Amino acid sequence: MAIFIDENTRIIVQGFTGKIGSFHAEDMIKYGSNVVGGVTPGKGGQTHLGRPVFNTVKEAVLKAGAEASIVFVPPAFAADSIMEAADAGIKYCVSITDGIPTQDMMKVKNFLRRFPKEKRMVLTGPNCAGTISPGRSMLGIMPGHIYMQGNVGIVGRSGTLGYEAADQMKRLGIGVSTSVGIGGDPINGSSHRDILEKFEQDPETKVVLMIGEIGGPQEVEAGLFAKEHMTKPVVAYIAGLTAPEGRRMGHAGAIISSAGEGAAEKVAILKELGVTICPTPAAMGATVAEVLAKL
Amino acid sequence: MDIHEYQAKDILQGYGVKIAEGGLAYSPEDAVQRAREIGGHLWVVKAQIHSGARGKAGGIKICKTHDEVAAAAEELLGKRLRTHQTGPAGKVCNRLYIEAGTEIAKELYFCLLVDRSAERIVMIGSAEGGMEIEELAKTRPEAITKIYIEPAVGLLDYQAREMAFALGLDAEIMSHAVKTIRGCYKALRALDCSMLEINPLVVTRSNELIALDAKMGFDDNALFRQPKISELRDKTQEDPREMAAADRGLSYVGLDGDIGCMINGAGLAMATMDMIKLAGGEPANFLDVGGGASAERTEKAFRLVLADKNVKAMLVNIFAGINRCDWIAEGVVHAVKKIDMQVPLIVRLSGTNVEEGQRIIRESGLPIITADTLAEAAEKAVQARNQAVAKAAVATEGC
Repeated sequence: MAIFIDENTRIIVQGFTGKIGSFHAEDMIKYGSNVVGGVTPGKGGQTHLGRPVFNTVKEAVLKAGAEASIVFVPPAFAADSIMEAADAGIKYCVSITDGIPTQDMMKVKNFLRRFPKEKRMVLTGPNCAGTISPGRSMLGIMPGHIYMQGNVGIVGRSGTLGYEAADQMKRLGIGVSTSVGIGGDPINGSSHRDILEKFEQDPETKVVLMIGEIGGPQEVEAGLFAKEHMTKPVVAYIAGLTAPEGRRMGHAGAIISSAGEGAAEKVAILKELGVTICPTPAAMGATVAEVLAKL
Repeated sequence: MDIHEYQAKDILQGYGVKIAEGGLAYSPEDAVQRAREIGGHLWVVKAQIHSGARGKAGGIKICKTHDEVAAAAEELLGKRLRTHQTGPAGKVCNRLYIEAGTEIAKELYFCLLVDRSAERIVMIGSAEGGMEIEELAKTRPEAITKIYIEPAVGLLDYQAREMAFALGLDAEIMSHAVKTIRGCYKALRALDCSMLEINPLVVTRSNELIALDAKMGFDDNALFRQPKISELRDKTQEDPREMAAADRGLSYVGLDGDIGCMINGAGLAMATMDMIKLAGGEPANFLDVGGGASAERTEKAFRLVLADKNVKAMLVNIFAGINRCDWIAEGVVHAVKKIDMQVPLIVRLSGTNVEEGQRIIRESGLPIITADTLAEAAEKAVQARNQAVAKAAVATEGC
């Protein structure tokens, strides 16, 4: 079993009939993801890509048994769509949308906390490439073919740097159980730590690769969790050694604003917590291979 | 997005925060006129640049006569001020704020911001204002009070009172203190502000609470619903290259090195820059071309990178997901032909349709250096840069 999604997970697409939603929904279907329909308010009753369109997420849950959703809704309306999914009983939601206002995300997180833990939807993203359990299901916008099925879990903020890691691993014959993008925004659905917890519980995952970057406290929190609660080895790479302080490096969250948020500082703390550090971004695959060989 | 002190004060006044009387000036004559309108015998001439610590940089002048006001204005207008926040390039001062002098009894620190790990707004205050909060956090963390605000209910009166007491304010101005704190919070929420800092917040000798400085930063992602805030943008305070990039939908940050970069994805861009550094080079810029890199966009990105005259070599690193390597390759070939590049170009393509992309580069007949992996790309870029520098040195000697 991978984490979050497998070949049986019943998926819906929010923003299904839009240009971007359609493009990626088609890709996901081709990959073999079990897409059971989509939601576009006002277009309920139509058929799109051979699947039913619903007006509301509730309807999709009721009629198509939707369990997971992927959100392609534009930034101004995305928070509302995520909360709709949570309220309708969706268990896992990926938000691809880039550019959601921070205060909207604060509202989303607060809304999610109102549900008792066993009924609370897990959100990853926004501003991410999504989640893939190679060979089983893809809930995202990544090029599925670069991932090989295997037993290394990947969690990262960045889309393309995650692809780079999967590609390096594939060249060395190493596969992935699940790769989860948590996104580059300052406030995101799940943190590095949340995803490490899931990988620790997944019998198929043997090693976890965490791809972090400058800004925020999440990588260090994840390192603390790994030290105290994980039996599986964690390998990490932190991007942004060359990033100057106070400047935003593309991602809204990638800004060094206080002590301990720079790449070198994060690396030093993670090393002390027993995390294996990739010396360069070109050595992510090789470092994972070394750690796997020691198991 | 940041705004100026005078703009922030104008906003906050609308939310019930008291400020000293003041006015904007674009010339020494304006400045004297403002001083006349304000009246009194003491004025402060304040350089309006997007940065804190302006006092240390000489951007704040206390004046006792109209002549002094004129002289201060003359000196500051058009001047580049350098603080640790502006970086070595500094920021140019085009506007002045002339303010009535305030008789200060006590300087306090007050700030509201979005705390990323708590996912809440946090209110920070200290009775020891005036100095930099980072410094105070290091030396005397116990002098700082932090109060988290529950998003579902917002700021509560008892929390505002708790902060006011922590600031050492007395009962006499308690109700105004609560009004000030509430006003700041309301402004922050209503305007999608991500950071609001009043340093110093002062108690005057006549026991009034006044925002002597004000700094506000806004969430770029929310500007679409804050048209009034968007209008306050002062483009002279931003890096012209970064602005040109933003206008073209590209994300660019200029740096001090000489290897230009064009990469897709912010994380991969940072990693590639790290790799250049580890290979012994220095990146000239951060540039994320984003998802749909068309030929036109690629050309724009090339022009942007090459506009930096320091650039001695350029590295393109694309991992195509939504993109396709053949599209990128066509864009690169098109750009190189159109721009007449004078520096060596290294291209590394990976991901969707990589073979097709590599074939297009190979068959273009252009002197493009290709690389298969991230490590190889960085090494070749540094090598090409070193050769270009050596060649230039020989050429200079030849003259």
